[in-house]
Amino acid sequence: MRAYARVTAQAVKRGGGTVLTELRGDSPLLLRRTHDEDGIVTVHLVGGAAGPLGGDELRLDVVVGSGAALRLRSVAASIALPGRAAAPSQFTVTARVASGGSLQWLPEPTVAAARCRHNAYASIDVAEEADLLWRDELICGRYAETPGSLTMSTSVAYAGAPLLRQCLRVGPDADGWAGPAVLGAAKATGSLLQVHPGISAGGPIVLGPTAVRTPLRGPATLTTVVADDAHALRAYLGRR
Amino acid sequence: MDTTLLLLADGRFPAGGHAHSSGLEAAVAAGRVAGLAEVEAFLRGRLTTAGPVAAAFAAAACQGISPAVLDVELDARTPSPAARLASRRQGRALLRAGRATWPSARYDDVPHHPDGCHQPIALGLTAAAAGLTAEQTALVAAYGVLTGPASAAVRLLGLDPYQVQAMLARLATACDEISSDAVAAAAGGPPSDLPSASAPLADIHAETHATWEVRLFAS
Repeated sequence: MRAYARVTAQAVKRGGGTVLTELRGDSPLLLRRTHDEDGIVTVHLVGGAAGPLGGDELRLDVVVGSGAALRLRSVAASIALPGRAAAPSQFTVTARVASGGSLQWLPEPTVAAARCRHNAYASIDVAEEADLLWRDELICGRYAETPGSLTMSTSVAYAGAPLLRQCLRVGPDADGWAGPAVLGAAKATGSLLQVHPGISAGGPIVLGPTAVRTPLRGPATLTTVVADDAHALRAYLGRR
Repeated sequence: MDTTLLLLADGRFPAGGHAHSSGLEAAVAAGRVAGLAEVEAFLRGRLTTAGPVAAAFAAAACQGISPAVLDVELDARTPSPAARLASRRQGRALLRAGRATWPSARYDDVPHHPDGCHQPIALGLTAAAAGLTAEQTALVAAYGVLTGPASAAVRLLGLDPYQVQAMLARLATACDEISSDAVAAAAGGPPSDLPSASAPLADIHAETHATWEVRLFAS
């Protein structure tokens, strides 16, 4: 299946606030505006089908204009499953946040099911003086399941300069991924990137035996966690 | 050129790498590594994550890609400040040895940073000064990713050095593949597209290790 979705948030010219000037999607990539949370315009990704399944090509473009604020969530975990053919599935997200804009990407985790072949790419362009909260969570297999091959790649630029480039691979194609240099025995891993200009990032903080928050080269911090399960992971990667 | 290649890859080249375990000391303390089998799993993970990044950046620097651009790109691939510092300290020590061994104008491009120049960039510039090819440079980088923690493992765990060498021999083909893939990646596109393979425990190990008051290795 191929699907394309797009959401554009713009500031209201008079009186402040945010309006969605574009909100479109194809099944299985459907977008629904839901109740505002903390006064922030909130959109949920609603899975219109199981998957992503092998062969699926999904793409979501997010645009946040100057002075606008948008929060994106998903209603359920996204479970990457093998398709009938050997083709991999792909989910590409691009986001552009203009100066003075704010984007929060807080979806539910991606689960790598057995024999999946999934590639998740995110490319985010944050203008100077824009805010970003970006959460990635990965669960390696459902209950008592060995995951297939999954690549989670995130590339973020701030004010035109590279801020964060990461690519995590798990599964049979990634030698050593379950070993003590990458994930160890942990089934869950994730990160929360906070870009917040004007606030000093401070020094690194060890949040727990398997969680750290570190300042990047730029006005941002990254929380990096490995955990036994999705609940323990979320305890570190909650909204704040 | 073969002797020059061996000189640069030799653990006796005075570049200070012996002071770093690349996260192994923290992994041992956390109970994740206790014996030879876990050391091999650790090295396989390092080779597939740190390996492509170090080898591709070293090859790119050797080929003349702007070290200042590579410096920013490597910072973006190293979220842990402790890991950034360890890379820069090793790069500074390598450049000191490289400048004395193979004097060259290639070092003039070294980006100025108070903590030094990232190790893979320093390696690429030193290899270029020594007249090595990008392929040879990537091989030295990937080989260093393996041998650094392997020699640290002998000291940390008191392993049998013969068994550690046998393990390294088992990883030789994987090391060759990582370095040739990295050369292709370095030639393929803009620096933003260079490998960015990450390992959450590498950042967690680097930061927890940095909080210790007493440690055997600098990283």
